Amino acid sequence: MLTNLPDTLKSRVHVAGIGVISAIGVSVNQTLQAFQHSRSGIGPINFLNTAHQHSLPVGEVKFSNDQLEKKLGVKPHLTRTALLGIHAAREAVAHARVNISNWRSGLISATTVGGMDKTENFFSEFLQDEQHGNLHDVINHECGKSTMLIADDLGINGFLSTINTACSSSVNAIMLGARLITQGMLDVVVAGGTDALTRFTLNGFNSLMILDSEPCRPFDATRNGLNLGEGAGFVVLVSDRVREQEAFDSLALVSGFANTNDAFHQTASSPDGRGPYSAMEQALKTSGLTTSDIDYINLHGTGTLNNDLSEGTAVKRLFGENLPALSSTKAFTGHTLGASGGIEAVFSVMSLMQQCVWPNLRFAEAMPELGIVPQKTVEHASVRNVMSNSFGFGGNCSSIIFSKA
Amino acid sequence: MVSVEIVLQLFFRKRSTMAIYIKGMGTISPQQSWGDETLLSQIMESNGDKLTCYEPEYEQWIDPKNLRRMSRIIKLGVTAGLMALKEADVTNPDGIITGTGYGCLDDTGIFLTKMVLNEEHALNPTPFIQSTHNTIGGQLALLLQCQHYNQTYTQGALSFENSLLDAVLQLQENPTKKLLIGGADEITEASHAIQKRFGFFKKELNSNLELFNAPDGTINGEGASFTVLSGAAGTHDKASIEAVQLFYKPSYAVLQNGIADALTQCGINPSEVDFVLSGKSGDERSDSMLKKAIAEMFASSSLGYFKHLCGEYPTASSFALWLAARILHEHHIPDAVIIHDTGRPVKNVLVLNQYFGTYYSLMLLQSCRATL
Repeated sequence: MLTNLPDTLKSRVHVAGIGVISAIGVSVNQTLQAFQHSRSGIGPINFLNTAHQHSLPVGEVKFSNDQLEKKLGVKPHLTRTALLGIHAAREAVAHARVNISNWRSGLISATTVGGMDKTENFFSEFLQDEQHGNLHDVINHECGKSTMLIADDLGINGFLSTINTACSSSVNAIMLGARLITQGMLDVVVAGGTDALTRFTLNGFNSLMILDSEPCRPFDATRNGLNLGEGAGFVVLVSDRVREQEAFDSLALVSGFANTNDAFHQTASSPDGRGPYSAMEQALKTSGLTTSDIDYINLHGTGTLNNDLSEGTAVKRLFGENLPALSSTKAFTGHTLGASGGIEAVFSVMSLMQQCVWPNLRFAEAMPELGIVPQKTVEHASVRNVMSNSFGFGGNCSSIIFSKA
Repeated sequence: MVSVEIVLQLFFRKRSTMAIYIKGMGTISPQQSWGDETLLSQIMESNGDKLTCYEPEYEQWIDPKNLRRMSRIIKLGVTAGLMALKEADVTNPDGIITGTGYGCLDDTGIFLTKMVLNEEHALNPTPFIQSTHNTIGGQLALLLQCQHYNQTYTQGALSFENSLLDAVLQLQENPTKKLLIGGADEITEASHAIQKRFGFFKKELNSNLELFNAPDGTINGEGASFTVLSGAAGTHDKASIEAVQLFYKPSYAVLQNGIADALTQCGINPSEVDFVLSGKSGDERSDSMLKKAIAEMFASSSLGYFKHLCGEYPTASSFALWLAARILHEHHIPDAVIIHDTGRPVKNVLVLNQYFGTYYSLMLLQSCRATL
């Protein structure tokens, strides 16, 4: 893959720490318990102030902004996206036990809404009079601002970047982080994503008529749309040199990844899933693995008619009849948009650490077109390599492979 | 909270095994920057606190039935991308990498407005669909049927530089790739009204050409500029990129050392920099560190500015890259750009940008004619 680089510039990419916050818990431990007890986080809206409060279930993080601020001890009025991001990123860095200031460190975060949770409040007043609306509510609107706030909180010293390729964003963030480490530009990269629930996205997906008014049923024949979720997930990636000098065990390796475009439609996936297919195929190629090496696929699996059929078709085309264990964890968390790839990267690494595959909740009946039966219960298994998929608007498709260290 | 200073030494030709060549460019800006015109021969001048794009006839580039649904930033970005590909004679690039500070503001504003006015009911999904930052890259992929790598960065005024970084990483892996990278940002009525309230802009400016005459505030700007890059040299290359460096909240010492270090890594003395293109914005406070660094390090170089021509916006550095490459290719610095002319022939151009004193970047470009 990196044939043109001198050997001194090539490093393996280790996962040294993970951190996650979502509807099923505010830490890796809480998340693990939710998986073990098949406890879904989908439920009624408690904190988001919306007209759809009683009609649309979501995967909401069970803390208000005030509670998150207090928990984190940060200054008031940060956006929810930044609060969730700081929470998960701090957990990941603490878990990694790497002193960031000793190394060239970077933060690559993905988000699709940025500070929209505050901007949409501002807009109600602003629309009545352009001189109205509290400017403090738009100061952190830009997606990049949430990354600045997290970078400031962590004390990152070498690089910061924000990626917004819609729902595939976080996988692309981890991919960039892996490239920077492989090519020797950075030693430690905190990579993942964060997105808060907002009225903007809830109404956006509602206007597309792809939200299920019931808890979602990914890959099920009766699936009827997605539930939105929120949260953040980060992995701490480090080079061989960092791992050797700081002498810790690697949790997992980033062994392959790919980013492709479906180039079919602005929002819909192609029927044969050509973008998802080539993302998975190229990810395998860069890892040097074959389909039989993959023991678990964490699907994109939103629960929409279109995504699951397209993704399932691509998976079947690539893997044939011998499918590995596969599941969509969005039935637990909801679709956390730009954060989903980061959150599911954490789930993938947890799968390798625990030697477990996670269930696809609420599955009853296979899609008649494909007959794919996902993993129904949490189960111990020999997990060597995990593939995680993330696809988004704009045709963006990304797939990443984590391997046992 | 820790105070962070970030400097990323991204790419230096000397350390690396290859250079990066500019194969073609497409730029839509508040100036006549597309078509066959001589570089900045006629300067667009306007009064007020913003500069908006001088736009081409989009029908010449995009099918009218696709155009109808596109917001302005999508038209700007997609057309600039297509212009760059045409100039580079590339039909399907190996990747499309976009940077945008604010994303698709107009569609975002339309959806937000309707959402508030209709109290979250009966909303048209089109502006929502097109509000995500990756819409430009996604539309380019769709029009070109380009299934390759597709990426969108949004890190304030390092968004375009992040795209450049990505291209560097990919070209180090495979120098023969041809990548389309670009930056795009738009001004909307709402965004301008909000930014005005922050006091970002000069009041009562008679002409954008007077941007540097008063100390406080800058002028709002917008534009889309795309470039085709490759690690393999060709006969029609516009210029080569020798170094890229990013800074976030640097102290003066970090900035100055960073610039000096970049030149050292490239094997170039500050005195060999023939022309410095400065991202001076007209706001004295934002400009102070850059001004000091240029005065201390590049007293013998020619000096020029560009933000009186395109305005201030997060991806203004993509306009600067276009301008620097054109200057190198045509061996001529337009009168509207030059501030201090030493009369030196232009072989090395250093673009130093800053954005409200928070984000800084460095791009060193070299004439390809000199190396051929």
